[in-house]
Amino acid sequence: MPLAPAITDIEQLKDRPVVADLLAWRSDAVTGARFDRNELTIYIVREAIREACARLKAQGLTDFMSDLTCADFYPREPRFELAYHLLSIKRKERVRLKVRLSGEDPSLESIVPVWPSANFFERELFDLFGVRFLGHPYLRRIMMPEDWEGHPLRKDYPVEGYR
Amino acid sequence: MGHLNANPVLDATEDKTMILNMGPQHPSTHGVLRLLLEIDGETIVRMMPDIGFLHTGIEKTCEAKFYQQVVPLTDRIDYLCPMVNNLCYVMAVEKLLGLEIPPRAQWMRVMLAELQRISSHLVWLGTHALDIGAMSVFLYCFREREDLLRIYEMVSGQRMMTSYFRIGGLALDPPLGFFDKVKKFLDRFPEKIDEYENLLTGNRIFVNRLKDVAKINAEDALAFGMTGPSLRASGVDFDIRRDMPYCGYENFKFKVPVGNDGDVWARYVCRIEELRQSREIAKQALEGMPSGSTKAEAPRIILPDREKMKTQMEALIYHFKIVTEGFAVPAGEVYHAIESPRGEMGYYIVSDGTAKPLRVHMRSPSYANLQALPQMCEGRLIADVVAAIGSIDIVLGEIDR
Repeated sequence: MPLAPAITDIEQLKDRPVVADLLAWRSDAVTGARFDRNELTIYIVREAIREACARLKAQGLTDFMSDLTCADFYPREPRFELAYHLLSIKRKERVRLKVRLSGEDPSLESIVPVWPSANFFERELFDLFGVRFLGHPYLRRIMMPEDWEGHPLRKDYPVEGYR
Repeated sequence: MGHLNANPVLDATEDKTMILNMGPQHPSTHGVLRLLLEIDGETIVRMMPDIGFLHTGIEKTCEAKFYQQVVPLTDRIDYLCPMVNNLCYVMAVEKLLGLEIPPRAQWMRVMLAELQRISSHLVWLGTHALDIGAMSVFLYCFREREDLLRIYEMVSGQRMMTSYFRIGGLALDPPLGFFDKVKKFLDRFPEKIDEYENLLTGNRIFVNRLKDVAKINAEDALAFGMTGPSLRASGVDFDIRRDMPYCGYENFKFKVPVGNDGDVWARYVCRIEELRQSREIAKQALEGMPSGSTKAEAPRIILPDREKMKTQMEALIYHFKIVTEGFAVPAGEVYHAIESPRGEMGYYIVSDGTAKPLRVHMRSPSYANLQALPQMCEGRLIADVVAAIGSIDIVLGEIDR
């Protein structure tokens, strides 16, 4: 089964309900879309992520937040890419919302008011990547000790730690 | 729900309440979970889970390994069902590679994953009953689990950290006599489940400790990210194996048990029924086991057989290349989710086109399920916390990673 080439043209993905709905809602919030390996990814501007999640939830297009995580593309800028994996149990479909964050100011709005399940996931990203979530009810380290210095999952943090 | 953890410091200035520290060295927290309880007499006013005691940085370690070297690390995430973790990881990488797996390997994977579900649920049942006070059930459960561990040992050489699934198939073809042993176990198992049920299901002490305890409704359960049997006990009919099939699950017939009440008892009933259904699936996989190879046709990715490696130049070269420099995976990202015994286990892998992953993230079901614990326990008694922890079946290894 050779890999099918990825579709990156947003015009071709307009028939997807999630893409269509987000474009109809705020076309300036969507910066791109990608369909690769049977998975749909939508790039959202950082200011609109909480509202986009709230919109998809209100429209009934997603009813579960599976996962929230981040990848560090250091030394490229913007270095962080956050991935929100949303699931629709009703339609049996997943969608990934992505937000790009720069290394200078890695902060964005928390989605805990929309999905309480994001609580631990956001704390984990704060702890291990140093991404700050504005409006999170309890943004403190969750894995590492309170007095730990640095954010271990960043690419400029050595695998063996500082000695 | 918004009040949860709203106040960082538990405030004990009011003379009515006190702070109780439960764990991390508490036998019924199933590992090293620490719970901060604010209590008023025996009643819990507020609860705050504190985790991270078992954090080993597996996700960071993965980034320094070749793709095939990550497989043994995934065993250590959820140590009660290592093969399910292997399955999720290898399927995610196969999705990145666009690799097709032969049917025999798929059927073997399904069979072993279901056996793992049984052995994982057996540990849950034994320890859950132990927490409640029914000590002997633990011994019964571990008796059957021992049989299963011998089966894993037979097929992979290891009882617990099996690492049997490989990217592109299985490590080896199962040995002679393996299927007979599995068949013997599956034939014997239903009466063992009846035995557990005889000990527990009609036991009035057990039932009274479980019924109407630690309730959570479907809406809250979804909001807190609960999955698996804990979610289905609240009445949400969702099982990834049936609704978004992977690894050939669409070929198997099984029922998905769903509860209504969302209490500890409903979770108990769901898991007991899952034991029977998992046995059903494993039996179907065993009876319909296709013949053929257990490895995909991809010499650059899968290590050649030992015999070929020793006799053929080309196979030796491939072997050398895979071991020393790994194999490049086309750039991209995937999120692959499967139904682990505890719920939705997902692997998010980002590849930059080299032989080492740029990022491996494990979405562990226990991590999300734990978030719902305060919602279940607040307003109830301390003794109910023990029942609630047992009922969401957490594994701290996959919470802390």
